[in-house]
Amino acid sequence: MCGICGVLNFDSRPADAGLIADMIAAIRHRGPDDCGTFTDGNAGLGHARLSIIDLAGGHQPMQTSDGNLAITFNGEIFNYLELREELEQCGHRFATHSDTEVILHLYQEEGVQCVHRLNGQWAFAIWDRQKKRLFLSRDRLGVRPLFYAQTSNGFLFASEIKALVAAPSVSAEIDLRALDQIFTFWTTIPPRTIFKDILQLAPGHSLTIEHNRLTVYRYWSLSYPDPGDRLANGEEELAEQLRELLLDATRIRLRSDVPVGAYLSGGIDSTVVTALAESIAGDRLRSFSITFEDSEFDESQYQQEAARFLRTDHSSFHCSNSDIAEVLPLVVWHGEQPILRTAPAPMFLLSKFVRESGFKVVLTGEGSDEILGGYDIFKEAKIRRFWARIPSSRMRPLLLRRLYPYMDGIQRQPFAYLQHFFRVSEQDLASPFFSHLPRWGLTANLKLLFSEGVREQLRDYDALDELAQTLPCGFASWRSFNQAEHLEATGLLPGYILSSQGDRMAMAHAVEGRFPFLDHRVVEFAARLSPDLKMKALNEKYLLKRASADLVPPSILKRPKQPYRAPDGRCFIGKAMPEYVEELLSPGSLQRTGIFDSQAVGVLAGKIKTGQANSAKDNMALTGVLSTQLLHHQFIQFKWRHFDLCHQWTSHPRFATLS
Amino acid sequence: MPSVDIASEVRDFVITSFLFGKADRLTDDDSLLDNGVIDSTGVLELVSFVQDRFDIEIESDEIIPANLDSIHNLVEFIGRKTRSNS
Repeated sequence: MCGICGVLNFDSRPADAGLIADMIAAIRHRGPDDCGTFTDGNAGLGHARLSIIDLAGGHQPMQTSDGNLAITFNGEIFNYLELREELEQCGHRFATHSDTEVILHLYQEEGVQCVHRLNGQWAFAIWDRQKKRLFLSRDRLGVRPLFYAQTSNGFLFASEIKALVAAPSVSAEIDLRALDQIFTFWTTIPPRTIFKDILQLAPGHSLTIEHNRLTVYRYWSLSYPDPGDRLANGEEELAEQLRELLLDATRIRLRSDVPVGAYLSGGIDSTVVTALAESIAGDRLRSFSITFEDSEFDESQYQQEAARFLRTDHSSFHCSNSDIAEVLPLVVWHGEQPILRTAPAPMFLLSKFVRESGFKVVLTGEGSDEILGGYDIFKEAKIRRFWARIPSSRMRPLLLRRLYPYMDGIQRQPFAYLQHFFRVSEQDLASPFFSHLPRWGLTANLKLLFSEGVREQLRDYDALDELAQTLPCGFASWRSFNQAEHLEATGLLPGYILSSQGDRMAMAHAVEGRFPFLDHRVVEFAARLSPDLKMKALNEKYLLKRASADLVPPSILKRPKQPYRAPDGRCFIGKAMPEYVEELLSPGSLQRTGIFDSQAVGVLAGKIKTGQANSAKDNMALTGVLSTQLLHHQFIQFKWRHFDLCHQWTSHPRFATLS
Repeated sequence: MPSVDIASEVRDFVITSFLFGKADRLTDDDSLLDNGVIDSTGVLELVSFVQDRFDIEIESDEIIPANLDSIHNLVEFIGRKTRSNS
């Protein structure tokens, strides 16, 4: 795991090695073990290395022996040993034992098509000197980030945006449409980022620049078969196949020259991954988790139970409300986009804890909910459609009580209101976004906080229209369950779960996450399953439970799905309120930024101070305003080099080891 | 309490609590649910306010949109309840 960057000048100017060094310095936290730069005429690459495979021989940027190809690579290719053997049989000779070199040789054989052969998580760039081609690629599901910007006479790319704005030719300005998207979907629609003209390479996409012509294309997509093409084997056999695939996905994700640990959340997914890893390694695994004071969020009972059952060497990090408030500026600095929930903050602190415990690599259970039918949003859509078939039914809406058992506010809601909130209109039924309309509608209410100027500029903009333009051509013919899965797996998963909560929080402390459920073989297998096997009636992750019954303690197998969440608004209330909160919510600060209506935020701040801001909307509003304000201060008002808050927090004794 | 004062207080509460003070967004007949004014937990906040401010008890079977889903409905409902209390 590493940080990468590079430049390509469209004129004859040689690439500036000093600029590349500045860019890589901005993301050195991703790779503290080594760094390097490479230039060849108008092209240049940079690399900050976190050494995991071939500790001695994996220096980057790496070149082929003839000097025709150079690569800078962030990630892991888990099937590199098999690919290497195949390439050696074709006559390739290797100078190192790294997976990086395998990509180079595979590119020599297969050109840009090489990505189809890779099983892994990657963002890389290859400079092909003979073809004068720059080739960039990002993994299928978007585990690793990759951003780029075009200037009047050049192209720049990097693992994080802060490396791009380190270049004098790139400046950060808020993209209001992206802001609208985040205040609707919690994430932007690729290739947008929150910053105008700074784009991301979407998951499953590659990019080439040849003769100054930039082409972006999709090389992989998540799709679902027609009913007749679904896997038709019996349940028992499919459960066995799923287990075998997960076992192999975990096996190749244990390939590492440093110790591999695991996150144990207390749910099924991470328990399954840890159990499989232990069965392969034949040894006790080191496991880690987060605990909270508040029982609404704390899962320590189940974490301890899983650790005892699996006999892992377990330790947990206790995250207090004030911890969350203290680190939010750093969380935003690393996450590089507004967030509506504070859940990334404990992940930031957990990765620090893991790193200080001597681990660089952890396995996690992310991805299972999206591909195997775990989330309540799928259940919600299923119940609403079931009810819509007989709207007059008095029994069918009673099923709404089965939703979101972990959310006290919804559970306490009077039934008449619950029905009204989840009601289904004819218009909803015809929408491709049926499953997500209640969630997005709720979130979009936060746009009331936007300033008059911002609302005026967004008056004719509809984020759902833009999303509709990106839907794959077969989307309309898929089962509604698959449509909902697709929206989650291509939207929130890469745009928030794997980035804001995943890569960016782990890599802030140079920790690499590995995700067996996101092995593309597992994802493609899951896509071919009947939706009824993923969620049987209202039993979520049915086939996974069947496949892993002996790997998970019965109590965890039976407990309802509880997604990972963290305390929000309460972290910023009362005496615990850090100074920066008051400053960022002040009318002067809000008016300088110009994004939010200072009076509206004043009303919100008043509710917070008096302890009346308890609703989901208020919590999201507060986190959304604070994180957007922070981002603006960090990336626009002062540029990052002069960012006082960040400096203040990085020099805080508790976080003294952060760079 | 005159219904005009009840309306004014209820309106102020709804606008402050659910619309971040943006008064231009709501007429007295607008549905609070259909217009996204209250979210899944907002109704509990609303019930708590009405009970405390107007000193009335709201039974669980009275927590229905017909009673609480617009400023107008709320004023009517509070009026009925306070009259029956007096």
